[in-house]
Amino acid sequence: MSARVKWRRFVSNFMLTLTGLCALVSVSVLFLILGYLVFNGGTSINWAFFTQLPKPVGETGGGMANAIVGSAKLLMAASLFGVPIGFLGGIYLAEFSGGAVASVVRYAADLLNGVPSIVIGIFAYSMVVLPFKQFSTLAGAFALGLMMIPITLRSTEEFLNGVPRYLREGAMALGASKWKTIASVVVPAAYRGILTAILLALARVAGETAPLLFTAFGNRFWSRGWEQPTASLPVMIFTYAVSPYEDWHRQAWAAGLVLLGLILIINILARTILSRGIAVPRS
Amino acid sequence: MQASSKPGISVNIVTNTGIVAHGETAALPMRMTISKVNFYYGSKQILFDINMGIADKRVTALIGPSGCGKSTLLRAMNRMHETVHTSRLEGEIHLDGQNILAQDVTSLRRRVGMVFQRPNPFPKSIFDNVAYGLRINGIKGSTSEMVEKSLRRAALWEEVKDHLHKSAYELSGGQQQRLCIARALAVEPEVLLLDEPCSALDPISTAKIEELLVELKNLTTIAIVTHNMQQAARVSDFTAFVLTGQMIEFSPTPQLFTTPSDPRTEAYITGRFG
Repeated sequence: MSARVKWRRFVSNFMLTLTGLCALVSVSVLFLILGYLVFNGGTSINWAFFTQLPKPVGETGGGMANAIVGSAKLLMAASLFGVPIGFLGGIYLAEFSGGAVASVVRYAADLLNGVPSIVIGIFAYSMVVLPFKQFSTLAGAFALGLMMIPITLRSTEEFLNGVPRYLREGAMALGASKWKTIASVVVPAAYRGILTAILLALARVAGETAPLLFTAFGNRFWSRGWEQPTASLPVMIFTYAVSPYEDWHRQAWAAGLVLLGLILIINILARTILSRGIAVPRS
Repeated sequence: MQASSKPGISVNIVTNTGIVAHGETAALPMRMTISKVNFYYGSKQILFDINMGIADKRVTALIGPSGCGKSTLLRAMNRMHETVHTSRLEGEIHLDGQNILAQDVTSLRRRVGMVFQRPNPFPKSIFDNVAYGLRINGIKGSTSEMVEKSLRRAALWEEVKDHLHKSAYELSGGQQQRLCIARALAVEPEVLLLDEPCSALDPISTAKIEELLVELKNLTTIAIVTHNMQQAARVSDFTAFVLTGQMIEFSPTPQLFTTPSDPRTEAYITGRFG
């Protein structure tokens, strides 16, 4: 074996080990976090956590029922606001816009995506909280929805662009108008990818704390309707984790676990729905 | 287009009014006529002064080397070229005596169907693929009956009748292409355009599709682009030879392949280039 071949073998093995190690590290970090969360949260979680309101300071026990419902309400309203705008905007970008408009919108979306979430919070504060003189679920949902727009928009655009041209031609050759082609062939062919991206966006904003601090604020009690401040899991985690009380720390862990479970459930549900459709095979 | 100089053999001059002038084909009605068509992508001219006719209930083949413009010509017949923004078409194309360039493009494409080079079923079930055209065009009647009829016409029914609700992608390439033909036939087009429909298929699937085309001409008018000269000779009644965007010769198929009138046609069909 010549020196050259030996050297090549060495480099090959070295790189293989390196990439394998990096993959292992990334996976173990994830499992470490998950394990830690399950270990700490699992021991603190109980039925009361899901059904009761937080207890006043000094009393142990109680739960975060209001924060769980609050987070669900926030995410629902945020999706109702952010997903349609991002989705329809993505359709426009991919299917109708010319080069110049598309690149401006794309650039703006990327910038919006890069805006720190606390800045989004300040923006929602001045746009919604100040005029109505009240912290509210809607203000929080507005902030989270804003964050979902660029992710949904860009991924919709990307997945629509990934739909092969021959599928569009097939529909158009049968007399489908452009809108019908998009609605009946292009979007159905891309919907798995788009839905996955929307879920990722949802999962990302579900854990956002900063935009909620001065929009949805927080609430020790049930928030009625949409115009009152509401508790949410991330803000509760933040408040409880920095508190000096042992019992609150435990509850913060439990809240983290519930938040994770919530995202997991959404993911599993969506994947069950997804697995029923027919995917375009990769060529 | 060139008129044959040989007397007694059918000639295919299509006048601007869309009537075949003389020869054997004089009595044959034209479903489509193409007059003085020039075609451009941007500033590049692809087709030069094309004249031809697509005879009713016959198979017309377009042959020529790669890049000669035969696919472009075919795609112009149902205005699929308009999906490319830089394209520009001059001249007139008539369907049943009416200029297709002045018509609503969606209803035109319903009347002039197309099957593409690569099988392109939608990510739907076999049934929904065939029913697609019926649904989007709001065609009334029993969808399942029409789906069965189209699948039978495309000689696919026996192979798929027990799994109509399976994904179209579970079919083989040849079956997928026949499914695409069934899908196009479902809306009962007056003309069916096929753009190298067998180029992605194996010889057995190709033979099946060729057989099908010969049967289908009783139902509809067919124009087919092929790079396979044997295929043109087997399935078509008329053949047009296109070279660098020009119509070199347009004759009844037996004549074009046995006694071509242009030396370039002869050179091409004898395999000297292309």
